[in-house]
Amino acid sequence: MGIYPGATLIRPRPGRRLSGKAPIPLRGNTGDDGHVQQDPGQPAWPPFRSDRSDRSDWPDRHGRGSRHDRHDRHAHGDWHGPPVWVSWAERWLNRGDGKPLRRDPEDRIAGGIAAGIAAWRGFSPTTVRIVFVVVALFTRGWAVPFYFAAWLLIPARGAEASIGTRARHDSRGIALAVGLASLLSVVLLLAGVLNNGLIDTYGWPQVVSVACLALIWRNAPEGEQAAMRRLVEPLESLGTGGGRMRHGTAIRLTVAVALLASGLGWLLSTHENLALLSPLGGVLLVAAGLVVLLGPWWLRIARDLVLERQARARAEERADMATRVHDSVLQTLALIQRRADDPQQVVQLARAQERELRSWLFEGRAPGEADAASFAAGVRQIQRDVEARHGVPVEVVTVGDCPLDDDIGALLAAAREATVNAAKWSGASVISLYAEAGPDAVEVAVRDRGKGFDPDAVPGDRKGLAESIHGRMARHGGSVTVNSAPGEGTKVTLTMPRSATAAAQTGAGHR
Amino acid sequence: MSGTGRPRVVLVDDHGLFRSGVRAELGGQVDVVGEAEDVAPAIELIERLVPDVVLLDVHLPGGGGQAVIAAVKNEHPEVRFLALSASDAPEDVIAVIRSGARGYVTKTISTADLADAIMRVADGDAVFSHRLAGFVLDAFAAAPSPADVKPSFDPELDQLTSREREVLRLIAQGYTYKEIARELYISVKTVETHVSSVLRKLQLSTRHQLTRWAAERRLD
Repeated sequence: MGIYPGATLIRPRPGRRLSGKAPIPLRGNTGDDGHVQQDPGQPAWPPFRSDRSDRSDWPDRHGRGSRHDRHDRHAHGDWHGPPVWVSWAERWLNRGDGKPLRRDPEDRIAGGIAAGIAAWRGFSPTTVRIVFVVVALFTRGWAVPFYFAAWLLIPARGAEASIGTRARHDSRGIALAVGLASLLSVVLLLAGVLNNGLIDTYGWPQVVSVACLALIWRNAPEGEQAAMRRLVEPLESLGTGGGRMRHGTAIRLTVAVALLASGLGWLLSTHENLALLSPLGGVLLVAAGLVVLLGPWWLRIARDLVLERQARARAEERADMATRVHDSVLQTLALIQRRADDPQQVVQLARAQERELRSWLFEGRAPGEADAASFAAGVRQIQRDVEARHGVPVEVVTVGDCPLDDDIGALLAAAREATVNAAKWSGASVISLYAEAGPDAVEVAVRDRGKGFDPDAVPGDRKGLAESIHGRMARHGGSVTVNSAPGEGTKVTLTMPRSATAAAQTGAGHR
Repeated sequence: MSGTGRPRVVLVDDHGLFRSGVRAELGGQVDVVGEAEDVAPAIELIERLVPDVVLLDVHLPGGGGQAVIAAVKNEHPEVRFLALSASDAPEDVIAVIRSGARGYVTKTISTADLADAIMRVADGDAVFSHRLAGFVLDAFAAAPSPADVKPSFDPELDQLTSREREVLRLIAQGYTYKEIARELYISVKTVETHVSSVLRKLQLSTRHQLTRWAAERRLD
């Protein structure tokens, strides 16, 4: 224990060990203060707790509680000697995790800035968030654009570059950002004339926010997109009013027009003097000028975005269609050629293919996709179909089960293709299909003891393995391992990680 | 085992055709010393002959395969049972294993594999078909929750080790013991040890799922 009573308090200690002992308070003010110490069950001690008697005492305030939060991994020695304020200052400098400031993608509401700062300086994230909201209110919203700028400029933990570094090369994104910012400016200009209140005060900083957001939106890595989506949608409709609505349904449009019209009518009717109309007219002229000047540019940006998205969608659709045609029509044609000497079989195959093709083209049900209720049922359907079509017995073992979603559907389609491949090419007398739905991943192993092949020597135009299996799995975040050698049989292992929500859903359903 | 080194086998199955088929196919590799088609005659026959291995159909009129095992195992623990079934219903298989069978194979098994399985069981090893391996993985899949497990003296019995899991997964994929040994860089003997250990857990674990299956067959 140090010479200074405070030294024991400010010495970093793991919070969990505190439970039994009453701590020695800093300034001799015992009493209820002793119980302020961290309850081991609480994640962090918020500084604004009301049971504090000495709130003005800042070093003490910061000295406690936050020491015990889980971001604090520093182990200091027991201090002796220096005056109390020196150790306060030193502690202030040394607090936090000692690493450079990084956004925390794990613990975030928007960009993970608050959690990052909390970890960096050793506060509780909740504290930082509360402080941020208060600061944002007092600075008339100017803290918000700073937040987004920080999001843009501070790299996420584990990432080497910030979003901003990538955004620098995204000229279209910069154009979009400037376009959006100028659009919002015009809207705010109009709004400011009509109503000199809140919108004017809190709206202008958001011009910067919108520009930053646009850049983040276009350049954020996949994982951050979800958080963005959550954040941008309300802001989009709130910040820009009726000016720019991406999800403009008829209802929202009607409501917005009605609101604008009634607001305008109300303004005119209450003031009833034409003095109001003269600045309004001026602003309208400025706005019209801006629209004439910048309108085509905004339109072009919007059109580019739409075109880009359409092109991407078209390319994906084409790849998907090629895969499906390959899985159904081309497979059947190959089968028909092989069974040309058996007219009955050929008729049967052709009829089945026709049915499948019709249901795809006219009913929208994809061929090769399991119309089963669950993963295990889908696997058994593969077994039935392959046995019926190719006459090769398929031994199925399923472990666990889970409901179908897009990813599992893709896994099943790839598994079907792998099984069909084995039935067609391996020459094996039996194919083993092993399907396991685990808590973290769903796996299918297709194995045969047939002739095998050299995976490196497969020509690129052989679509089965490359597109139907590898491509399909990759598009849904899965992975494929192919073990094969001539004469040794083949084993194709398909693994699809389970999304957190899907796993949680079936956690209970796992028998 | 008999002096010839070939295991003495009794066939218990209610389908005469199946019995004669198996007898004809296995004739070269094992001594089929008797056949029975019902529970009571089977018990009597086994107690009289004391064979090395009883090839036992899970579905028998008059109580099922496990009734035979239950009647014989106390008197003659040296008689080993290999369950044989056309059905894949896990509760049947688990029930017969828990009553004491050393292994389970499906009736679609090839003659060579069946002979191999009989040899293995005669040697005291466990034989899992790929389906049984799947069932066991399924039954032991989730970590046991307190509610799932009845109070047990040995909590180890309620979980598979990761190695056992690996071995079972490969069995479920149709690997032979030799292939598993090569795949996992272990000896065939070690594979057998793992499978025997799984069998022991299967028979002794108090996991709710296993006991429920067994209870449904009025066995526990």
